[in-house]
Amino acid sequence: MSRPHRFRPGQILAHLLLLFLAFLFLFPFYVMVVTSVRSPQELFVPEFRWLPQQFTGLQYYIQAVTDIPALTFLRNGIIVSGGILVVQLLTAIPCAYALAKFEFRGRDLLFALVLFSLTVPIQAPALPLFLGLNAIGAIDTYFAAMAPFFLSVFAIFLFRQTFRSYPDEIIQAARLDGMSEWAILWTIVVPGCLPAVAAFSVFSVTAHWNDLYWPMIVIRSNDLMTPPLGLSFFADSESGANYGALMATATILTAPLMIGFLLAQRHFIRGITMTGVK
Amino acid sequence: MPADVTLSAMAARPRRLGARLSPRIAYGLAAPSVLLLVLTVLAPILVMIVLSFTSYRFGETGVEWTGLENYSQLVGDRTFMRALRNTFAYVAMVTPASVLLGLFLAVLIDGLGHGRGFYRLVFFLPVTATLVAMALVWKYLLHGSIGPFNLMLQSLGLPALDIFGDRDLALAGLAAINVWSLAGFNMVLFAAGLTSIPEELYEAAAMDGMDGKLDRFLNVTLPLLGPTMMFVIVTSTITAFKVFDTVAVITHGGPRGATDVLLYTTYLEGFSYFRMGSAAAMTVVFLSIMMIFAWIQARVLDRKVHY
Repeated sequence: MSRPHRFRPGQILAHLLLLFLAFLFLFPFYVMVVTSVRSPQELFVPEFRWLPQQFTGLQYYIQAVTDIPALTFLRNGIIVSGGILVVQLLTAIPCAYALAKFEFRGRDLLFALVLFSLTVPIQAPALPLFLGLNAIGAIDTYFAAMAPFFLSVFAIFLFRQTFRSYPDEIIQAARLDGMSEWAILWTIVVPGCLPAVAAFSVFSVTAHWNDLYWPMIVIRSNDLMTPPLGLSFFADSESGANYGALMATATILTAPLMIGFLLAQRHFIRGITMTGVK
Repeated sequence: MPADVTLSAMAARPRRLGARLSPRIAYGLAAPSVLLLVLTVLAPILVMIVLSFTSYRFGETGVEWTGLENYSQLVGDRTFMRALRNTFAYVAMVTPASVLLGLFLAVLIDGLGHGRGFYRLVFFLPVTATLVAMALVWKYLLHGSIGPFNLMLQSLGLPALDIFGDRDLALAGLAAINVWSLAGFNMVLFAAGLTSIPEELYEAAAMDGMDGKLDRFLNVTLPLLGPTMMFVIVTSTITAFKVFDTVAVITHGGPRGATDVLLYTTYLEGFSYFRMGSAAAMTVVFLSIMMIFAWIQARVLDRKVHY
């Protein structure tokens, strides 16, 4: 089982090295949290103290949800990334099913277009998408923040691979029972492929929760800002020098994904690195 | 010979399950996606390419066809060329550092008897963290006078560094953040590559008298990680090339253009100055470079199959 020559001194050395690197990797998280609970005077003394001399408790967290609308950003993040995910699943799953289990004219062309689109980042169609949304008067709406991502070619690609290995016999049996293709897809095939759905959901929600680029283009009002946009807007405003409140807000807005990651580590790692191992 | 193989494989391949059903069902299933594909990807890209040959400014009614003028102006545009240079310099820092660090972490953790899960968790944490939030933390961390990093330097008797205020250091500072947020991702990809190396190869190497860890790493691990390595290099390059968030949050392209990068310059041109025509030309340049990377990536994936 074990690799040959596993010397104890080597192990200890490896641990020391890794612990040092782990410390460096975690340090920004530590600074974020500790700054959110220490008084501003302490930030300007020329010495870094590990623990707050004066513990401010939840003061800055209360400020974050009252002065800075951190909860509004949080809500917008949930609406936008949740809305995107739902539409992505509703549109990509049937298309992937058609590509995986049907033969029709144009299938290869459609799949080739999906493969091509996989390599196109959002920045490429951004200008015309903005002009189009502006033309229909949709700038500064949830719809504008979500619409460019309604189609996920990555979801189509992933679910096509998953559905292809789904046993044909089960689908055939359901057809003989007189079930419609839509019913077969949503009540039999999809429930059988939930791990793929879960992995994609993690991937999608993480990507859109964290996206700054597109919300920056189409969202103007504070009420509609997603977490990254709200945070960067606040940091650039006059009160951005209020480090305690800034770090408390950053903590609040980073927390949902962090907690999700800590609870479902395996799903997160698989979901996020999925694009890397396709 | 390969052609024969493909042909016979095609003949032997069973027809798809839906082959006997009316294709109308398949069209119905695919229709929403096809519509969205046209509306959000294909048509916008065509419009963007057309725009790049015009002098269109947002808000103006007239559009003038200017042919290749936008492109020829880009070549002489000092801001754009600087952004292009900065982007490549940035990639040249981020890619090697994040790939090597990812490999180093994966190999070191793979050899551990205990604590693998803990280390993977820690090093992957920055990958999941909201980059904009963490960028603000880094901005404070490296702040020229009150940043904890500088306070520590000073307590060691070293001079303070105003990283994001220094033209020579700002881009490297942003690169460091990207290495921090990307190394864990690469670590996971390398870890997957490591588990696929058969144990027997190490045993065989040991029997051949290859005793040193370094020997084994150089002669067994590294060659077998080759395809993974290529793949990680290309994905890291693509990620680094798309740098935007940290620039938009921390430096805004400054000091004096030192961190102007391709996507940020294009963003300003299109959505701040509303010069859509030249922003479109910049986007075409960006997309072309992305396509080259994607092509290399596809080639690498093809090769990966043969190993």
